[in-house]
Amino acid sequence: MYDYTEFDAAFVAERNRQFRAQVERRVAGHLTEDEFKPLRLMNGLYLQLHAYMLRVAIPYGTISSRQMDQLAYIAEKWDKGYGHFTTRQNIQYNWPKLPDVPDMLDALAEVNMHAIQTSGNTIRNVTADHFAGAAADEVADPRPVAELLRQWSTDHPEFQFLPRKFKIAVTGSENDRAVIKAHDIGIHIVDRDGELGYRIVVGGGLGRTPMIGKVLNDFVPQEDLLPYVEAIVSVWNLLGRRDNKYKARIKITVHEHGIEDIRARVEERFKAIRPAFTGIDVQLFEEIKAAFAAPAFREDSTAVYETAYKTDPIFRAWADTNLAEHRAPGYAIVQISLKAHGATPGDASAEQMRVMADIARKYGHDELRISHEQNVILPHVHKSDLPAIHATLKKHGLATANIGLISDIIACPGMDYCALATARSIPIAQEIANRFDELKLEHEIGDMKIKISGCINACGHHHVGHIGILGLDRAGVENYQVTLGGDGTQDAAIGTRTGPGFSADEIIPAVERIVYAYLELREGPQETFLQAYRRVGMEPFKTALYEKAEAYAAE
Amino acid sequence: MAKPFTPKVVTANALIEGDVVYLAADDSWSRELSQAELLEDEAVADERLLFATAQTETVVGVYLADAVAGDEGPEPTHFREDFRRTGPSNYFHGKQSEGSAQSAAPEQETQTHV
Repeated sequence: MYDYTEFDAAFVAERNRQFRAQVERRVAGHLTEDEFKPLRLMNGLYLQLHAYMLRVAIPYGTISSRQMDQLAYIAEKWDKGYGHFTTRQNIQYNWPKLPDVPDMLDALAEVNMHAIQTSGNTIRNVTADHFAGAAADEVADPRPVAELLRQWSTDHPEFQFLPRKFKIAVTGSENDRAVIKAHDIGIHIVDRDGELGYRIVVGGGLGRTPMIGKVLNDFVPQEDLLPYVEAIVSVWNLLGRRDNKYKARIKITVHEHGIEDIRARVEERFKAIRPAFTGIDVQLFEEIKAAFAAPAFREDSTAVYETAYKTDPIFRAWADTNLAEHRAPGYAIVQISLKAHGATPGDASAEQMRVMADIARKYGHDELRISHEQNVILPHVHKSDLPAIHATLKKHGLATANIGLISDIIACPGMDYCALATARSIPIAQEIANRFDELKLEHEIGDMKIKISGCINACGHHHVGHIGILGLDRAGVENYQVTLGGDGTQDAAIGTRTGPGFSADEIIPAVERIVYAYLELREGPQETFLQAYRRVGMEPFKTALYEKAEAYAAE
Repeated sequence: MAKPFTPKVVTANALIEGDVVYLAADDSWSRELSQAELLEDEAVADERLLFATAQTETVVGVYLADAVAGDEGPEPTHFREDFRRTGPSNYFHGKQSEGSAQSAAPEQETQTHV
């Protein structure tokens, strides 16, 4: 893992010192809220519905057990004993008090973490495939690229007042687990005849105008990455619409100017700035790469695992859903579900954080990942340790066997916390998970991604959910719109709206009707919901949603 | 045509804690909506809003929220304000947990954190 250099540590310490003084001046009345707000936002501090909220960056979703322990400590000491992991691989604390925040930031700095650029019109936390460095299908680990971008973008003087926020995601696999096509810039590491380089996707995004990113360049050589990305952000920084925040994101710039025009401008800008990159960036990249070298994988028997798999049905169910293929023989990637049925998606108590940190320390080469799907990953686990890990997870409510299933729901905080929300998300997620658990149907349904947002800004990624749910305020009542057929992978697609929305009482039965329609029309258990939807289209689901509802009502 | 004025309360978040607060008739800030001053006259509401907005050392994000007169003081007309006066629905946190006479807390599922 990457450790802060003296420069990183000094930078974060200085920012914390500045922010402490800014908070003191605010509390003493020497700064107005108008003066203070941009300062607190630059340091990740929001004001939400019931309290402040501190958003802490987890760069490319990678943390060590020591860092996870510290997150637990912060949750207990200054918050209400839990944290919320987000769809951008961050963690949010929902209840900090303003005078405590400088201490929280200092506690984060002790473990090489910060909340800088988790808000505001800046380049945000660079996210990456949560299986990075472990996935069997990976060309190269995306995290060195993400770390290079983190260092380049942090406090970059040209990019502190962008037209709007800017999000970058990186993957090293053809199977996209980082939703790169729904980011302002998506970077895909590719191998061209033995040479590694980058396919650059630009102009993706969700929110009120969802767009799938377009390929700007099929192959950017490694040594050109930083100047090329800088050229993109620089072009957009000048072109981006500052007159209308709803049209400010690069997706709109790309849409309005066309990809060809943007490509030409980026090329021109790239030529102008390329000479300024003298190779220090490439040298730095090599140093960073060394920090992400794979751990020494051990060679050992997996007999214990195989016995447990054969004899313990609970373990087997968990292994079937929550493990993913690792690139090293005898190893597995463990996905710890933060979606126990009826729990808040993405929340972990301080105790659970410590348990996960302990497991990582003992069995997982000291590494943990946060996925954009709001789960925690142990990227490197030898299979012989899985039965012991599972037993520990079970004791702490962390062994739910539902990764990729209908109860593994992404949900934004919604109107339970968020000042921007138009409806609640969390209770809908809880009810769907509970309902399908009662029905004992989720394993039969198979691969199903439900994603819920509590407003049009789409933090819950509803546009790319197989079933997407968007909570709105319709004449003072919570109302939920449904989209079908969204996909956040390499085959990214924006879901299509089914029709009129549903009330909070109607939305769970509506989801049930969609699921039953799928189970009836699928060609067999091997045909997933998304495949079935692509084959039959919207009509059968519309019928199930609206006509059958009327038929039930008429009975 | 301008929309007819509907009764309001002045609400904000406390600067230090971030708690939801309401302006009372005696110029103090209360944690409870029921203690808020219900403003039925538009000119008075505007004046109270100005008065509250000036208190930048005490509160943040001041605005007028719709409310109606209830048996025990003002009550919200919109679900957002109902959540603000209660707390989140997934945990028994926020105002509902502070014993602040939230007899009007909605009957919804609450759970303690596992």
